[in-house]
Amino acid sequence: MRIYVPIDAAARALGSDAVADAVAREAAKRGVEVTLVRNGSRGMIWLEPLVEIVTDLGRMAFGPMTPADVPALFDAPERHPKALGLTEELPWMVRQTRLTFARVGVIDPLSLAEYELHHGLKGLRRALAMTGAEIVKEVTVSGLRGRGGAGFPTGIKWKTVHDAPEGQKYIVCNADEGDSATFADRMLMEGDPFTLIEGMAIAGLAVGATRGYVYTRSEYPDAVAQMTRAIEVARKEGVLGASVLGSGRAFDMEVRVGAGAYVCGEETSLLNSLEGKRGVVRAKPPLPALQGFLGKPTVVNNVISLASVPVIMDRGAAFYRDFGIGRSHGTMALQIAGNVKYGGLFETAFGLTLGEIVNDIGGGTATGRPVKAVQVGGPLGAYFPPALFDTPFGYEEFAAKDGLIGHAGVCIFDDSADMLSQARFAMEFCAIESCGKCTPCRLGAVRGVETIDRIARGDSTAIPLLTDLCNTMKAGSLCALGGFTPYPVMSSLTHFPDDFARAKEAAE
Amino acid sequence: MKKERKPKVAAMLDSVSLQSRLDEILEVHRDREGALLPILHDVQEAFGHVPQEALPIIAKAMNITRAEAHGVMSFYHDFREKPAGRTVLKLCRAEACQAMGADALADHAKRKLGLDWHETTADGAVTLEPIFCLGLCACGPAALVGDRLVARLDTATLDTLIGEAR
Repeated sequence: MRIYVPIDAAARALGSDAVADAVAREAAKRGVEVTLVRNGSRGMIWLEPLVEIVTDLGRMAFGPMTPADVPALFDAPERHPKALGLTEELPWMVRQTRLTFARVGVIDPLSLAEYELHHGLKGLRRALAMTGAEIVKEVTVSGLRGRGGAGFPTGIKWKTVHDAPEGQKYIVCNADEGDSATFADRMLMEGDPFTLIEGMAIAGLAVGATRGYVYTRSEYPDAVAQMTRAIEVARKEGVLGASVLGSGRAFDMEVRVGAGAYVCGEETSLLNSLEGKRGVVRAKPPLPALQGFLGKPTVVNNVISLASVPVIMDRGAAFYRDFGIGRSHGTMALQIAGNVKYGGLFETAFGLTLGEIVNDIGGGTATGRPVKAVQVGGPLGAYFPPALFDTPFGYEEFAAKDGLIGHAGVCIFDDSADMLSQARFAMEFCAIESCGKCTPCRLGAVRGVETIDRIARGDSTAIPLLTDLCNTMKAGSLCALGGFTPYPVMSSLTHFPDDFARAKEAAE
Repeated sequence: MKKERKPKVAAMLDSVSLQSRLDEILEVHRDREGALLPILHDVQEAFGHVPQEALPIIAKAMNITRAEAHGVMSFYHDFREKPAGRTVLKLCRAEACQAMGADALADHAKRKLGLDWHETTADGAVTLEPIFCLGLCACGPAALVGDRLVARLDTATLDTLIGEAR
C-alpha cells in the first residue's frame, strides 16, 4: 500500500504529522506493509491534510483528515466518509494548467528518481547541448516575465548577464516571499525543490555563472530544510557540482536565510543582505545584472520564474508562450487566500477574470458573507472592489486598473473589513519595514499613518493631504516598498470612500 | 557623564565559553561569501540572542567595524539583544490573516498575557511577537509557537497554547 501524506508547511500546520503518525501506527497494528510518502501539497488547502492512496484507477484523495479518520482508510477506502474520489479528477485539479507545479504534490520531493520519471532534468539535459546564447534566446522567446512582481522579461535580464564580461557571475534566487497571501515559492521549495535547482542550473549555463544562492525567509523553516536537503541530494547525484551531469561544466548553490526584513524581497536590498550587510536598497543603475552580488554580474530571479525554466527548456519556448493573453505569456500560480472558501494554489494560464478567480474557483468567502474587497499582489497591491471583477488576470490588464498582479496573491475580504483600517495598516507596515534609505518611504509612511488617523477622527481636510503624500511616495521612493504602498492606500480611498467618510459622520 | 566602556557581560555567559563557542561558529563560516547573517543566526541559535559582547569579536573576524556589525544586527527583526521567553508566540499580523480575524485574536492574546508586542511575561514563559506572513494564507489566522506552525487559530486554541507555554 502506498500512502501520501503531505509534508507541506500548511498541511503540517493543519495536523498532517499526526495523520502520518496515525497511518504508520495503524499499518503496524494491522501488519499491513505501507510505503508512506511525505509529498508536497496539491494546493487544495481547505482539504488539508489531504491523504492519497494509490489504487488501480489512480490516486484516491481523502480529506481533510484527522488521526481518527485513519483506521477506516484500511477497511474500505472507497466508502470512507472523507473519500473525495480520484485526485486528478477533482474539479480544482481538472481546471488547472500545471506546468511549473506539475510535480508538486505528485512526487516524493526528495526522490531524484521520481523527479526524472516526471520529466525532471530533461530541460537541463537539453540546455547542456546548447550554447548560453541559445538558452537565453529560448527563454526570451517563451515570453517568461519575472514572477516576483515586476514582470520584467526574464530572457532580457539573462542576456545582460550573458553579455557582461567573463568572470565570476552569480544566479540569485529571490525566495524572500514576504507578501501576505502568497505561498507559491514556499510550496514549490517544499514540494518540488529539484525544479528550482534545475532552473538555477540552466540559468547558470545560460549566462556563464557557476554559483547560485537561494535567499529565503526565516519564516519558512520547512522550506529552508527541504531545499537544503534537496541540494545535498542533487550534489550527491551529480546534478550540482564541478561537473553538472558529467558535462564538465560547474554549477553549485546553497540556501541563505534572511532575518525577518520584508524589504529584502527587493532585489538590491536582498543582494546587500546576502553580502552580510544591512538590507538597504541600492540605487539603480548600476543594474544587478551588471553589478550585483559582490559587484559581479548577477541574475536575480524569483522562485517561480526560475522554476518555470525547466518546463520551457523541456517542452520548448513556443509551447509555453502559447498560454496566456496579450503580453502575459504562460501560466501563473495563483494563490487564493484570506477569507476564502476554497483557498490554495491554482496554476492557470493568464486571462481569467478576477471575478472567476474569487467566485468560481475560490467559492467566495469562508464566512459566507459578501466579498467586499480583494487585494491582489501582496501588501503593496491595490484593493479591488467587486465592480472591477471583470479585470482579466494579466500584467498590463491590472496596471490599467491602477493595480498590479505582483506575485499573484489574491487576498479576499468579506464585508466586515474596514478599508480605512486596511489603508492604515499598509502605511504602518511600510513604516515598520522601511529600510530607511529614502525619505519618502521612511518619513512618508509614518506621516501616512498619522494622516489616516486624522481622517479616522473625522478630519476630511486630511484626505487631499493623504493623496498628495501618496503621490510623493509613489514618485520619490527608491524602491517598490515606498513606491507601491500608495496602491493599497489610494485604492481603498478611491473604491471605498464611505469607509473614509463614515468616520467623519461618527465624529460629528 | 563618563560613558561605561566595559561591555556588560550577561550573567549566563562567562567570557571564556562565549569566546570558544564564537570561535567555533566563526570557523564554520570562514571563507563563506557574505557570512555575517549566517554567523548571526548561529550565534542566536547558540545563545538565544546575540550577546552585545559578541559583536566586537565577530566584527574583528569579519574585518568590519563594531558599528557595522551592530548596524547589521539591529537592522533585522530576527536578531535579539536579550534572550526571549521560553516560548516565543509569533502571531501573524499580515492581510490574509487579518481577513480571518487576526487583529481580534492578537487583542485576545495581549489581554490574556498582559503583554504588548515584543514583551515577555514576568515569569519568563512567553514572548509575544508579531510576524508578517508564514505563508499559511489560505488557512489563517496563523501562528508560530516555538517552532510549531499552527493554522486556523481561534481563541480557544490560542488559550490552550498559552496554557501549555506557562
